[in-house]
Amino acid sequence: MNPIQHHFIGQCTCLSLSPASTVLPASAPVPVPVSGAPSHSSPAPSPADKPAKSRAEQKAERRARQEADRASKQQSCSSSSKTKAPPSELNPVVKRLPEHVQVDDPAVVKRLAKKLERQQIPLRSDYGYKVSLFSHLHQYSRKAPLTQQLSIPSTVIHPSIVRLGLQYSQGIVVGSNARSVALLHAFKQVIRDYTTPPNEELARDLVNKLKPYISFLNQCRPLSASMGNAIKYIKKEISNIPSHFKEEEAKTKLQTCIDRYINENVVLAAKAISKYAIEKINLTSVILSDRTWKKFRVIVVDSRPRLEGREALRRLVQRGISCTYVLISALSYILPEVSKVFLGAHALLANGYVMSRVGTSQIALVARTFNVPVLVCCETYKFCERVQTDSFVSNELDDPDDLMVTRKGKTQLENWHDVSSLGLLNLVYDVTPPDFVDLVITDLGMIPCTSVPVVLRVKNLEQ
Amino acid sequence: MPGADKEADLTERIEAFLADLKRGGCGTGPIRGSGETARETTALLRKVTAQARWSSAGDLMEIIRKEGRRMTAAQPSETTVGNMVLRVLKIIREEYARSRGSSEETDQQESLHKLLTSGGLSEENFRQHFVHLKANVIEAINELLTELDGTTDNIAMQALEHIHSNEVIMTVGRSRTVEAFLKDAARKRKFHVIVAECAPFCQGHEMATNLSKASIETTVIADAAIFAVMSRVNKVIIGTQTVLANGGLRAVNGTHTVALAARHHSTPLIVCAPMFKLSPQFPNEEDTFHKFVSPHEVLPFTEGEILSKVNVHCPVFDYVPPELITLFISNIGGNAPSYIYRLMSELYHPEDHDL
Repeated sequence: MNPIQHHFIGQCTCLSLSPASTVLPASAPVPVPVSGAPSHSSPAPSPADKPAKSRAEQKAERRARQEADRASKQQSCSSSSKTKAPPSELNPVVKRLPEHVQVDDPAVVKRLAKKLERQQIPLRSDYGYKVSLFSHLHQYSRKAPLTQQLSIPSTVIHPSIVRLGLQYSQGIVVGSNARSVALLHAFKQVIRDYTTPPNEELARDLVNKLKPYISFLNQCRPLSASMGNAIKYIKKEISNIPSHFKEEEAKTKLQTCIDRYINENVVLAAKAISKYAIEKINLTSVILSDRTWKKFRVIVVDSRPRLEGREALRRLVQRGISCTYVLISALSYILPEVSKVFLGAHALLANGYVMSRVGTSQIALVARTFNVPVLVCCETYKFCERVQTDSFVSNELDDPDDLMVTRKGKTQLENWHDVSSLGLLNLVYDVTPPDFVDLVITDLGMIPCTSVPVVLRVKNLEQ
Repeated sequence: MPGADKEADLTERIEAFLADLKRGGCGTGPIRGSGETARETTALLRKVTAQARWSSAGDLMEIIRKEGRRMTAAQPSETTVGNMVLRVLKIIREEYARSRGSSEETDQQESLHKLLTSGGLSEENFRQHFVHLKANVIEAINELLTELDGTTDNIAMQALEHIHSNEVIMTVGRSRTVEAFLKDAARKRKFHVIVAECAPFCQGHEMATNLSKASIETTVIADAAIFAVMSRVNKVIIGTQTVLANGGLRAVNGTHTVALAARHHSTPLIVCAPMFKLSPQFPNEEDTFHKFVSPHEVLPFTEGEILSKVNVHCPVFDYVPPELITLFISNIGGNAPSYIYRLMSELYHPEDHDL
């Protein structure tokens, strides 16, 4: 396997563990396989080399950097003498509804088709009978990837983006962290290969260049919340490039920005979260050789059709943790033995709801019935300003053929297409209400679910 | 000799039945549904009554108890077998009492009043011989068999009282009773059914294909999506393997999650269970409640490298407490879970509860 891919899939396990798994984000020995620096990028300063800095020092550093940026921006900025007032909280938010939740509106679909045609990106068509409750969402088949409709070599889309899109749609790169990191690395490659055309400014042109890539990736698989935040960050960084920068300088600056983003928000965040999480596991410590181990048992809960828990199981077994494995239907049987439930999150919404792999809300519900504490581990870059109260309005429908299973040589649902009144529903995400979740462990500390808007506000102010 | 042949035939049939029961516990569910098991058991017991040698009711009851113990030992999780044995024992007691002429108004439950006043209550030892007892008992067993034949239809007939148009109904796994129930309602009403597939055996798939063939709008979802779609569900209708004495259920795994999700959304939970599934067991017998099957269904042998280091569980049943259930629909009508204990006292005699 390509070293890049290996790195990413390694990244995703420890925390935002996609499936409904009660998994521990790593024991005391260093969890994250960090140093696999991809071969062709400029050597990123791996955190193992940096001296360990405390959180406060890092924050102070970041603030100093941002002050410097702001100062330089003000100098290069032409007219406005007044500094922009920080956006008031009470400004009416005029947001356009994203296309991927308006599939049943023909006007919206037509507008998207026209936009894609302009950008020369093929439009992906839906597959199979869609359950009426979800007619507003797309449903794609894995057997018909978007790349089949592209001409090779594609002149519009950078090859690493094409590869990335294919990896998304085939499910090779899954998990919120993995997808964001892969996206950022692909963008680094794009920036490296980019040359400013004459009479154009890098800041504006590069952003325009990125737009068709983002549409393409969106067609391959709808963007996740973390990817959206990452893209926003990149666009902001690009547009903040001062015009007097030479092309090489600008490119290096962007690449360091991206590396820093990945480092702070994914890698170091993972470490911080594991440190907090470990405090929460208060079982007898057993000294083993020269390391302190906390002795505990992990139960991994998995669900069809993705069965992502098996990967987690493999990693835990490799580390020597004693594990038990069950399917989600055996939850009521296994929960009386459990003392704590750890869940990963795909995104945390502004009203405190946790958006995560389908099945997470079920685990939280049953855990609450048995009075078992539920802890969610989530990096702050996945916090999102959307609000949602149920799992219908904004979700993702996976390939329905995945639900078919062959037992004893017989596949019951083989001909489900032929039967007109039969539909298969393969949901990817669901939302967990905040009253089921007891604590959220983030890189900023341990907060209750309802403090998400506070964190978002603090982050916005910092920026 | 015809007598010896008949006896040999009887023992052969019993052995075949026991073998079937033993084999039927392999996880994909019994080879036959519980209705057929009940009918087979009753037919066998009728044969035993007809052909075995007994002179008084007490002897007959002993013989039936012995056979019953063998049959329940073959497959303890198949409670319908035990239930039918108890029904037949109750029939024998009733017929005996009727032959003796004593009234049947006697309350079988022990009451303080009875203990103090009865004093020399004759110890019913069932030793009297009655000529027509055999014929009466066989006739009563035939009535029981007719009742068993009609249970599914009786339940299905009540469907229209409970399902209205444009409802979204959720069900779990596969239950022949619920299938008949929904198909009957679909003749007159249009509604939508969501079936949870119930891994790892995925019996929900078969249920969905059967329902969709009857032109019912069906959707199959994975177990993990049960809570996610529950907010749109109007009713949850499930079947069960056993109804326990406290009104709780022993149902296929995943049912407890469905019940909790339904309670969270205040959705009514309706259980379609014929009376022969009612068992005098209580749920607190830890070691006998759960049944496990090969974990290879959950983690297949292809994952060999981790298989030896990991514990894998594959329980078949779930316990659902009676507080989560709204209604029981059985062949004698609808009942609340709090009434189950009363129905049980009408079906079985308290002295027979431990075979």
